[in-house]
Amino acid sequence: MSEGALRLRDLAAGYDGRWAIEGVTLDIPSGRLVGVIGPNGSGKSTLLRAVLGLVPRRQGTVVLDGAPLDRRRVAYVPQRELVDWSFPISAAQVVMMGRYPRIGPVARAGSVDREAVREGLARVGMSELADRQIGALSGGQQQRVFLARALVQGADVLLLDEPMTGVDRATELAITSLMQELRDAGATVIYATHDLEAAADVSDLLCFVNGRVVAFGPPAETFTPPTLHATFGGELMIVDSGDHAHVHGGGHHDTHEH
Amino acid sequence: MDWLTDPLGLELFQRALLEAVVMGATCGAIGAYVVLRRLAFIGDALSHAVFPGVVLAYVAGLPIFAGAMLAGTITSLAIAIVSRAQRIREDTAIGIFFAGAFALGIVLISTQSGYQRDLSAFLVGDLLGVGWDDIAVSVLAGAGVIGLLVALRKELLLVSFDRTYAQALGFPVFALELLLLLLLTATIVVSLSAVGIILVLAMLVTPAATARLLVDRFTPMMALGAALGAAYGIMGWYVSYHAGWSPGGSIVLVATALFVVAFVFSPSHGVLAHRLRRHPQHDAQRAAVDQPAGHRHGAEEGPVVASLERRHPPGH
Repeated sequence: MSEGALRLRDLAAGYDGRWAIEGVTLDIPSGRLVGVIGPNGSGKSTLLRAVLGLVPRRQGTVVLDGAPLDRRRVAYVPQRELVDWSFPISAAQVVMMGRYPRIGPVARAGSVDREAVREGLARVGMSELADRQIGALSGGQQQRVFLARALVQGADVLLLDEPMTGVDRATELAITSLMQELRDAGATVIYATHDLEAAADVSDLLCFVNGRVVAFGPPAETFTPPTLHATFGGELMIVDSGDHAHVHGGGHHDTHEH
Repeated sequence: MDWLTDPLGLELFQRALLEAVVMGATCGAIGAYVVLRRLAFIGDALSHAVFPGVVLAYVAGLPIFAGAMLAGTITSLAIAIVSRAQRIREDTAIGIFFAGAFALGIVLISTQSGYQRDLSAFLVGDLLGVGWDDIAVSVLAGAGVIGLLVALRKELLLVSFDRTYAQALGFPVFALELLLLLLLTATIVVSLSAVGIILVLAMLVTPAATARLLVDRFTPMMALGAALGAAYGIMGWYVSYHAGWSPGGSIVLVATALFVVAFVFSPSHGVLAHRLRRHPQHDAQRAAVDQPAGHRHGAEEGPVVASLERRHPPGH
């Protein structure tokens, strides 16, 4: 298990010479579901983007299974806000984009690719809406299409940037069970989220981020008042009411967190 | 049918018609990207930016196409590089460089005497002035542009729809976007003799915008845009022949008029169709559909309440 792993070494990334994250060193074994949590602007998105080199990376290395990261082995689900939804393409066409690196330039999608797209849409429960214009779908449905696009890539590592933001409860459950299913099949699934409690419930490992990695490990070891305080500081309130503590955290949705 | 066949008797008119068709098809095809990526301002900028290249090539006796491509390429690169610096926004960078380049063209012209007539040919086109050599260049460049748009359709579509994802997949996003600008430049240069610097914008935008009103998928939109562009070229040219109007102006007027027709009568997106479809039943149906994305704000993110109890039962 521990051989196949995503290793980040002393990663620092950010825009305009300002680090959003610094000194990130993580060993993520394959076949785990990892929740990345932290307050707004803590660098959750930046961490995911830095793994792929989408943010200017000033320092550090990313190694997957002992070799420098090959982007084609990683599927990325960006925040939905970054896309032009008025584009005249169907849900199935968006999913097909996940196959583009395999199809290559000039060539047309083959029957293998079309079958993969059909299967991907079926796994996220979107088969019936395959031909719908992407902008005519609800937020949750769009998120499922994005997830299907990542699925058809056949990647070993999935990075999901706030997949639960702005989606309905049914989609949230669907995304969660899909992430678990992929994890069980051996993939490494890393997702950024605001939802502390849900993340602690479903993740194998939690990564607390606030400009750096505050804590990393199984929820039972990391979901502690000291870690929460160190991560969320003033944004968080821990109410210790006798036999159990409640944590109030999260807050606004950070669309443009870099 | 004399009105149809008469004008075709002279080689001069055959050439003009052919040039109009090539120009219309090329503009209509790349217009899909101009419309969807909101590149109208860039298109207008590039058409002005090729001007100094045209003048310099003319003065030096070099092929106009080469001079225009060079000027357009330099301007595209300057825009792409300067707008990467986060302090200058892209539209500002465009404004700076296209106006600067156009000014350079005007200054160059003012140093040449006896250039006035040809100047107007570049500004509004001179369809009847094209020779076979011009047409050869147009056909080659037009075929090249359309060929590359078709060959790289997946990559260009991906970069246009979801740039971040394209980057994540490792596609050369900067190179693809630059290529699109260069194809746009080549299209503009091809169009200069037919519609000129000022009117070419209409051909880059109008056929594709009309196609967008009629179809809902990208590839059909591009194909229909090309077909409409070619058709406008033919229709405008006949109007020009029979009415004695400027050819470039006639082509653009036909395009504009037919856009208005599509805007009103399009079965799916027309104003009339929307009016007719708006009855209570339909509205209720729409309301039942989940709220479209992109218009949500923090509302869905209430404060998170997490219980430590489950993971840390008392006594641990």
